[in-house]
Amino acid sequence: MRSTRLWRALPAAAMASLLVPSAALAQERSLESVAGELDVTWILVATVLVFFMQAGFAFLEIGFSRAKNAGMGIAKILMNFSIASVVWWAVGFAVAFGGAGWLAGDTGFMFQFGRDVAGENADGAQAAFFIFQFMFCAVSLAIVWGSTLERIKFAAYIPFAVVFAGLIYPLIAHWGFGGGLFAEIGGGVQDFAGSSVVHLTGATAAFAALLLLGPRRGKYGPDGKPRAIPGHSMPLFGLGVLILWLGWFGFNGGSTLGTAGNSFAEVIAVTNLGAAGGVIGASILISLLHRKLDVGMCGNGAIAGLVGITAPSGYVEFWAAPIIGLVAGFVVVAGVLAIEKRLDDPVGALSAHGLAGIWGTLACGIFTSPRLAEGIGVGEGGLVYTGSFEQLGVQAAGVSLTFLTVFTLSMLTFALIKATIGLRVDDEVEEAGLDITEHGMYGYPEQFIPAPELVGYAPAAGSAAPGAPTTSTQEVPA
Amino acid sequence: MKMVIAYIRHEAFEPIRNELLGLGFPSLSITEVKGSGRQKGITEHYRGAEITNYLRPKVKIECVVEAKDVPTIVDTILRHARSGNIGDGKVFVMPVEEAYRIRTGESGEATLQAHPESANAPA
Repeated sequence: MRSTRLWRALPAAAMASLLVPSAALAQERSLESVAGELDVTWILVATVLVFFMQAGFAFLEIGFSRAKNAGMGIAKILMNFSIASVVWWAVGFAVAFGGAGWLAGDTGFMFQFGRDVAGENADGAQAAFFIFQFMFCAVSLAIVWGSTLERIKFAAYIPFAVVFAGLIYPLIAHWGFGGGLFAEIGGGVQDFAGSSVVHLTGATAAFAALLLLGPRRGKYGPDGKPRAIPGHSMPLFGLGVLILWLGWFGFNGGSTLGTAGNSFAEVIAVTNLGAAGGVIGASILISLLHRKLDVGMCGNGAIAGLVGITAPSGYVEFWAAPIIGLVAGFVVVAGVLAIEKRLDDPVGALSAHGLAGIWGTLACGIFTSPRLAEGIGVGEGGLVYTGSFEQLGVQAAGVSLTFLTVFTLSMLTFALIKATIGLRVDDEVEEAGLDITEHGMYGYPEQFIPAPELVGYAPAAGSAAPGAPTTSTQEVPA
Repeated sequence: MKMVIAYIRHEAFEPIRNELLGLGFPSLSITEVKGSGRQKGITEHYRGAEITNYLRPKVKIECVVEAKDVPTIVDTILRHARSGNIGDGKVFVMPVEEAYRIRTGESGEATLQAHPESANAPA
């Protein structure tokens, strides 16, 4: 339902009211206009949920960082989100949704009320669409940085956030959600909420960054074997995972762009089943391999299950969801173990968002129910229903196009950043931690600054000489 | 005066403190330390990658007593800290030249422990 034609059709009632733009308050509220307002209300509730995913990414990444790099995660999330907000408003939204050419949109820069955007006058309904879609851009951007933790320069975030929110993500979003290229491949690539468009895009940019950035110091021993660099807080990581899981109900559920037929409830139920499958799958595999249920892998499994079910969430029946999640859980554990041999990805984003995103997109080609595909109007039923590999081929084309495009553009951008301002901090900075070097204060000051130095009492005037021994035996609490 | 220094398992500390308190030796300090001995390291896993800890956490007890009390202290530590496995720890005894109580300024063996014998002894 994320294609342009449907988004145009859905808030139809609200769109009708556009014809009398300035009289919004005075106009009569017909049943039709209220239905449109209900759609917008749900879109905004979902927007809030997807925004909350920023907190999820922040805690997940901070939990997986060492304590000396705990504070910078907050600055990073806030700065990236804010830059992307402005760039998306000025450029990104127009590229993604302004017009229906196959390559990119070309109208609606500096989006504002009354101005043409995507051939329509902008009103509240379109503002809702604008802010909802931005949250997806922000999620995709947040995914990029998890893999680069603990060694990337803060200055590198800024130019990349501009390019990513202004060009890279909007381009893919136009192809996948805005009626561009992906609608023209076969009967259309099925990606309900963005396994490819959002998650594979973010992970692919992370992959490009990682190739230029190299591993953290000490990640690989003299024998070349990967060593564990444990994050400082599993509880914070777990809180991040649970917040992401919550936000995902808005991410997938909101992608119905309305409340018509209550299909958003089905999508949310399917999403939860997918996440559950992911936790179970990852837990089974890591337990079999290492005889211990690793907490981090358990959480990565939840993320992988959610990423995996993101593309199929509007296209598959309930029974398929736990299967898709389960496979995503296997994929993320196998992926982390394999990728770690060569690339230092502290949070496993390449596996959880990249590999699981590819799996989720392909899963549509296998499990899509013909009735749901027909309802949404994109593509056909999957392999298990039709016995045909056609939709699977279409999905694979979507995945390949996403990966190649994002990888090329991201590689260029990061190479340019590396050649100018530099991508990686100096060894001494990495050793000391990014908190104190780049931000001037530790995330947990009392852990690094001895308590006697933090007290800071000056001696009272005239009390410099030691007093006579006291006879009191009263104990003073320390 | 002697200082008894013992490196023990965390769980052995509470029974030792309890018995020493009963015997009249409430004055001691502990530090949480990391060290290695014959136990060597153990290998742990984090998200599929290995990490070997060669240094294991222990509790270090420091306790200054009169020379004649050393056998009592050492005996208490040996009885409670011994599990029979590698990693039980070690005890060291070393001489101490002088001791001062900061609150009153007094010095010598009177400052050491609270049991009646030494507490009433002249400084």
